[in-house]
Amino acid sequence: MFSDLMLTAWESASIVAVVAGVVGFFIVLRGSAFAAHALPNGAFAGAAGASLIGVDAIVGLAVFSILGALTIAGLGRRARHDVATALVIVMMLGLGSLFLSMTTEYAPQIYSLLFGEVLGVSSSELVPIGVIGVVAIGAILLMYRPLMFSSVMPDVAAARGVRSRRMEVAFLLVVALTTTMAVPVVGALLIFSLLISPAAAARSFTSRPLGAMGLSVIIALATVWSAIALSYLSNLPIGFFVGSIGAVTYATGRGFSAWRRNRQASPRPSGQALQHSVAG
Amino acid sequence: MTGFLSPLIEPGFFSNLPVQTALVVGGVVAVVSGIVGTFTVMRGQSFAGHSLADIGTAGGSAAFVLGISPLFGYVAMNLMAAGAMEWIGIRRPRGRDLATGIVLGAALGLAALFLYLDTTGSSTTGATVNVLFGSIFTLPSSMVPVIAIFSVVAAGIVLVLYRPLILTSISADLAIAQGVRVRLVGICYLVALALAVSLSAVTIGAILSTALLIGPAATALRITNRTGRAAVIAAAIGVIATWLGVLLAYDSYYWFPNGGGWPVSFFVVTLIFLVYLVSQLRFRGRALAPRQSTAAQAG
Repeated sequence: MFSDLMLTAWESASIVAVVAGVVGFFIVLRGSAFAAHALPNGAFAGAAGASLIGVDAIVGLAVFSILGALTIAGLGRRARHDVATALVIVMMLGLGSLFLSMTTEYAPQIYSLLFGEVLGVSSSELVPIGVIGVVAIGAILLMYRPLMFSSVMPDVAAARGVRSRRMEVAFLLVVALTTTMAVPVVGALLIFSLLISPAAAARSFTSRPLGAMGLSVIIALATVWSAIALSYLSNLPIGFFVGSIGAVTYATGRGFSAWRRNRQASPRPSGQALQHSVAG
Repeated sequence: MTGFLSPLIEPGFFSNLPVQTALVVGGVVAVVSGIVGTFTVMRGQSFAGHSLADIGTAGGSAAFVLGISPLFGYVAMNLMAAGAMEWIGIRRPRGRDLATGIVLGAALGLAALFLYLDTTGSSTTGATVNVLFGSIFTLPSSMVPVIAIFSVVAAGIVLVLYRPLILTSISADLAIAQGVRVRLVGICYLVALALAVSLSAVTIGAILSTALLIGPAATALRITNRTGRAAVIAAAIGVIATWLGVLLAYDSYYWFPNGGGWPVSFFVVTLIFLVYLVSQLRFRGRALAPRQSTAAQAG
């Protein structure tokens, strides 16, 4: 379980989990779960296109996820965000189905792009994964205050001069970077689970932003580590474990906050209201 | 006539049985998606509409393992998922995406498991692609009656709840004041959405399902502020895009030397996307604030 080959898997998955925990915290805070689903899913089409013209999959992932982020931001200016996101994801997937119809790629390879192939990550891929991860976290740290402000109180932030539109574009680009590095490791469909569930669970346990972010990283790490171990022992796909562990942690978080609400019945109504709106 | 049209329509288009089935089923699905989708866009539940298509693949792939019809796998899974979304909290605008996302994440995990069992258990490597991308040309014509029944149920729920749906979609507070049972209406709508999406995802694939649900409806709500008219326009756009897409895919068999033609989903999605972009430019002034304007004048 800890051989050389597996070591790369542990390392790459840990990097992805740390980035997913941090970025996921803001995704849950901003309510941009749909974009977090659309970008990896659509970027999958980029990987298919890259294999068609014979370049590295990560280039295709980067190009498609960045284009997708910019299109969502662009279309979302004048229409509802969810509509823009839905149209972008179907357009990218439509292109993906065109690329797939032209390649002779085997279905198992497509499966591994969608659901991840953590054991297939080679040690030479660790460098780009690590570099992109550092850039993504660096960008989040750099815009931490305005991003937090515009996520929690968009109206007040706008009144105070935070450019929420620019914030939105910058944040979607960070999600695009996360997508690019994470899809080869955990797959286009399950990076989503890793972005949402740990962060959502963490926010049920604490309402302090930094605490929740740290907890989100810890839960994400615990999720991928146990998913790799369980997948190794049971021979079942890692995606199944990432998805179900995510659901279980979220349910635990919800259960915990319900229990705490019951326990402190009425003494702090305002605190509860905040907690409720934040967790909900 | 056929000689005159042959540069546009390849010979044998209308006499080909898979094409006939594709035109009929695609048309029915497009109409239902247009009607249901108008409310999906108004209620801001596009993410749920799209997720149900992906969630259904877990049910579809489970049905593959069990050896039953995928349609029933989709419907069962989607009804459960809609229930879970409602329970977690799709009602609150802030929690909406999260509720959808949690259910989607869990279902994708299950899909990973079932698809893995599909591809390793039986050597049908096409299962992943078939379940995820669907193919309108491989539909057995025996499915048409089943599809028709589910369509009537989904569209029927929306038509029966027409007025309370409009009211709750525009303003929940106003609806409560009028004595509408907002939560019940929301649940019934989610059932209609789950049925419509199962239907379209299993027949034409997850991509086209979302494209037909959201694209035409969003375009129609740009063109008109009246809900009823928007639903009709959305259905019409959907049907035209689907039929043109099938035609182009049929024609494309001879376009590119890759021996298989281009996929229908690519053509339909591109057409819908382009129509939406045009409506954005053409009707820019009319709907600068889509939420408010729809709210004020719908009905």
